[in-house]
Amino acid sequence: MELFNNLLLGFSVACTPENLFYALMGCVVGTFIGVLPGIGPLPTIAMLLPLTYTLPPAAGLIMLAGIYYGAQYGGSTTAILMALPGEASAVVTVFDGHQMARNGRAGAALAIAALGSFFAGCMATALLAGFAPPLAEIAFKFGPAEYFSLMCLGLVGAVVLASGSVPKAICMIILGLLLGMVGTDVNSGVIRYGFGISALQDGIDFATVAMGVFGFAEMMINLEQKENRLNITDKVGPLYPNKQEFKDAYPAVLRATSLGSVLGILPGSGAVLSSFASYTLEKKLSKHPERFGKGHPAGVAGPESANNAAAQTSFIPLLTLGIPSNAVMALMVGAMTIHHIQPGPQVITSHPDLFWGLIASMWIGNLMLVVLNLPLVGIWIKLLKVPYRLLFPAVLVFCTVGVYTLNDSTVDIFLTALFGLLGYIWAKLKCEGAPLLLGLVLGPLMEENLRRALLLSRGDFSTFILRPLSATLLAVTALLIFMIALPSIRKKRQSTLAPLP
Amino acid sequence: MRRRNRRDFWSGLMFIALGIGFAWQAGNYQIGTAARMGPGYFPLCLGIILALMGSIVLLGSLTNKAEITHIDKFDRRIVFLVLGSVVLHGFLLTKLGMFLSVFILVMVSSLASHEFGWKAALANAIFLVALVYLVFMKGLGLIFPLWPSFFK
Repeated sequence: MELFNNLLLGFSVACTPENLFYALMGCVVGTFIGVLPGIGPLPTIAMLLPLTYTLPPAAGLIMLAGIYYGAQYGGSTTAILMALPGEASAVVTVFDGHQMARNGRAGAALAIAALGSFFAGCMATALLAGFAPPLAEIAFKFGPAEYFSLMCLGLVGAVVLASGSVPKAICMIILGLLLGMVGTDVNSGVIRYGFGISALQDGIDFATVAMGVFGFAEMMINLEQKENRLNITDKVGPLYPNKQEFKDAYPAVLRATSLGSVLGILPGSGAVLSSFASYTLEKKLSKHPERFGKGHPAGVAGPESANNAAAQTSFIPLLTLGIPSNAVMALMVGAMTIHHIQPGPQVITSHPDLFWGLIASMWIGNLMLVVLNLPLVGIWIKLLKVPYRLLFPAVLVFCTVGVYTLNDSTVDIFLTALFGLLGYIWAKLKCEGAPLLLGLVLGPLMEENLRRALLLSRGDFSTFILRPLSATLLAVTALLIFMIALPSIRKKRQSTLAPLP
Repeated sequence: MRRRNRRDFWSGLMFIALGIGFAWQAGNYQIGTAARMGPGYFPLCLGIILALMGSIVLLGSLTNKAEITHIDKFDRRIVFLVLGSVVLHGFLLTKLGMFLSVFILVMVSSLASHEFGWKAALANAIFLVALVYLVFMKGLGLIFPLWPSFFK
């Protein structure tokens, strides 16, 4: 009954005309930018963050969450219509989704993706509502040693489950942690790595890093490629899947929802991993694996439902433990702290309106996406035809003006440009930016917990191993590192995470 | 010594340099003991770990089994135009006001595209100035210097 009352509270917050409006705005703007080629969810959220700063906390978070789903949603639309995945978790959707579009079933593919996502989103949101409060209860028993070990596990897990070189990604995490040290040390009041610049006293704003590394650097890489005319499927066809397609799709949706919900809780890019895993699973289970890659509806329904479920459940570690599991969630942490809310188990009890309002708005957001986007797909297709040479200055303008509004300081503009340059160099060296952002957000938290843990144990490092919970977390971390060092597993990891045929 | 994996070679060097740099600077702050950490303790540890991990990346790139990679060319023109226009905007915003500085930002950055056209860039600039005005000022109620300061 308590859950029911809580949900009622949530819907009463989310259904105020004001918050409904911001959820709608978030979904529309998120989809709008997510559809535009060359701009993924991360830069989208980073770019639109300043828009939410002036709002009240609940409205701001509701809008941000809307932007997040919208951007993801937009990514799959481009994957189906143009074989151009807007983001990593839509890569698998291209295989069968674009084939369906070529067979004249683009509308059906879009509808399957949308309805599958909606179903998965609803189920995962229910899971979040049911499991987050008990999990937060457990989190209250965590001491600083447990938190420190948990963050180690989260950071290492994020690297192992993502693609790319592991040692380099670990380096990027540590670099991020170090960048998080910049600014005034809360314990001693000493300004670290300030170099006499007064704007650095408050630390490096994560928004400048996100916009520089993800927005500017990606833009410059995109500009290097000659603009190629894309052949867009103009004929969307009927928006309703036929009986056979429906029959093919719905078992995949059910399986993918459970798979995605579980994988989403894990650190790292759960959404990406789950879409790949779901595609592989569907192909293995199918009686006609040869139909995959030629426009099989299950090849769209599975990955799309899985990544949406994972996108929802990845909020669980953030809202219960206060620890972001991927770069998008790291941005959410930043957004919450700007509204003076420290993410963690206490949010549920200290800001119940915010927590349950956010959950209710997730459900509403999912509904809005289905209701809005299927009929509006014609408009999104027109947007795809906007050439990149007109788009990138717009991104540039929104980033620079937005970053200026953070502190009314031009220093932030210069910092963003600096991180743009660094991001460009890192992109050339194939060093990923996402772990860096995660490290940047977790840096101060990690130091604080390490300090407290060792203060309590009087400088004895064995406290991390002697406390059973902390020891378990560290053991799992060590196991992950050990596993990734084994050549056979390394090869397998590369082959599963590399794009399929 | 053959630099088989050039990307990792240079990444490794960069991480080592950054690690040493951060650790070096941390030495200027009070280190303290594990029980009573000074502001330098954690960054010093991290800097050392970064340098060590960097050497692993570097050494890995030199082994005979390392994958052969090369680094794609840096397009200096694009970097200069895109980041240059942003830096320029940072300098001009408080002096020329929002309208002119955003206009200049769009015009300069547009040059970075392979398919630059004067008319399209001009129309885009005017459109974006209007959009910024509507979204940030009318919509969000933020206050910017709008026109050059010497107009007033």
